[in-house]
Amino acid sequence: MLELLGEHIEKQGCGKVAEKKLLGWREIPIGAMNDRPGSSAEYHIGAWRTFRPVVDHEKCTRCGLCWIYCPDAAMQPREDGYYEPNLDYCKGCGICANSCPVGAIEMVSEVR
Amino acid sequence: MAVQVQQKRTALTGNYAVAEAVKLADVDVIAAYPITPQTTIVEKLAEYVADGIIDAEYIPVESEHSAISACLGASLAGARTFTATASQGLALMHEILFITSVLRAPVVMAIANRSLSAPLSIWNDHSDSMAERDTGWIQIWAANAQEVFDSVLQAYRIAEDRDVLLPVMVNLDGYILSHTVEPVLVPEKKLVEEYLPPKPLWNRLSVKTAYTLGVVGPPEYYFEMKYQAIDAIERSRSKIKEADEVYGEMFGRSYGVMEHHFMDDAEVALIAMGSVAETAYTAIKRWRERGAKVGFVRIRVFRPFPAEELRDLLKGLKVIGILDRATSPGSLGGPAFAEVSTIFVNERQRPLVKNYIAGLGGRDVPFSGFDYMIQRLLEAAEKEEVDVLCEYVGLRE
Ligand code: SF4
Ligand code: SF4
Repeated sequence: MLELLGEHIEKQGCGKVAEKKLLGWREIPIGAMNDRPGSSAEYHIGAWRTFRPVVDHEKCTRCGLCWIYCPDAAMQPREDGYYEPNLDYCKGCGICANSCPVGAIEMVSEVR
Repeated sequence: MAVQVQQKRTALTGNYAVAEAVKLADVDVIAAYPITPQTTIVEKLAEYVADGIIDAEYIPVESEHSAISACLGASLAGARTFTATASQGLALMHEILFITSVLRAPVVMAIANRSLSAPLSIWNDHSDSMAERDTGWIQIWAANAQEVFDSVLQAYRIAEDRDVLLPVMVNLDGYILSHTVEPVLVPEKKLVEEYLPPKPLWNRLSVKTAYTLGVVGPPEYYFEMKYQAIDAIERSRSKIKEADEVYGEMFGRSYGVMEHHFMDDAEVALIAMGSVAETAYTAIKRWRERGAKVGFVRIRVFRPFPAEELRDLLKGLKVIGILDRATSPGSLGGPAFAEVSTIFVNERQRPLVKNYIAGLGGRDVPFSGFDYMIQRLLEAAEKEEVDVLCEYVGLRE
């Protein structure tokens, strides 16, 4: 876990560059700050997931509530208007399944 | 100093002196929760905001933890902020104080110093702010209402200096300073504007920059992030002096990081902080008139600790007495004592040190108490030995 965080910071947390070298205190922005907006996209957190949302297109009304509620912007619309989770970012929290008004999302265990 | 500026001689309590300075500093956000003996500061400020005298956002939060958190957030968004607290309120802020300094938010806070429970006490000692000395905040300790007023304005200039960007707490003794009316010279707002850094301040929460603040600091980076704030408080030393000197040039009053008298030929000296130092000064003056070679020192800036300045001033003394109005149970003495003692730790020739703990929970430290302390210092100088390292003065058996 710490290795992951270290890599995370190195890639986007404090550094200006995505190189492996750990930066010194003079090289990082002051105030425990990440000055690269949107950089969390570089960090895949899907490995934390123990449950995966599976969308049943038979039931889905394409209302978009799952997309609105997903705290990681992992639930995304496809060209045909249906929503699917991006599994690189989906943590499996189940908020989408809870927010779906027609019960179209089932949380399926990743452990088989 | 011959400074010819218009300053209005005004009768103010220490708390109202704080409110007056905050008003002149043109703050943007005040977040506060009332607590004795600080309450009249934020009460007065609430009145100023309600009457449209200050154009600021006043956030009446539900706790001190939220007060400091709101100031932290507002400060990161570039607002000039203020809060005040004391005792349990400051203790409740504890965790956010560390965050404020490392996130480099130039929040200014006044503390009307009050002892910590238990037993419950609303009276003055220094245990509240002394318990926060490791939080990375700059600490100024005032000795009278004028200095309280001046220190709040200096605090904004120091805190917002781009080489510093650290929070500053201005300490004033509960009741003794907070509620006692004294004459205070109040300058015109125009001059204060000239003295303080220009606004707006650095806005780190702007959508244009979209920074992430308060990131995770894993072991690979926590140390570096923390060290930046350590480096900043070191660099604040010269800025604190500069802020004080420029203040002196503009308004005719400056204080230094410490105040001292009768030190030229002193053999022993007594160090104190806050308003009790004024009583100490008078007691020492009386001993001087009787020929005793005793000197007086008041530490005004406790963080960053003025070790160099004190070393130069105190070296060559036979005995140094340090008065603490706070304790560190289980250690050799009080916090100021520990700090002063380390100054000479590597010197071969060094003064003896002696600690007095007095005035806890608002207990008066009368002249007789100081007479005892001074007499014991002179005795130790005579015998070249300190028999009791830490004495509790004024404690009943
Ligand atoms: S499980 Fe959670 S993270 Fe994954 S898509 Fe649903 S709401 Fe988003
Ligand atoms: S909330 Fe349910 S119905 Fe609405 S788009 Fe998402 S899966 Fe479909």
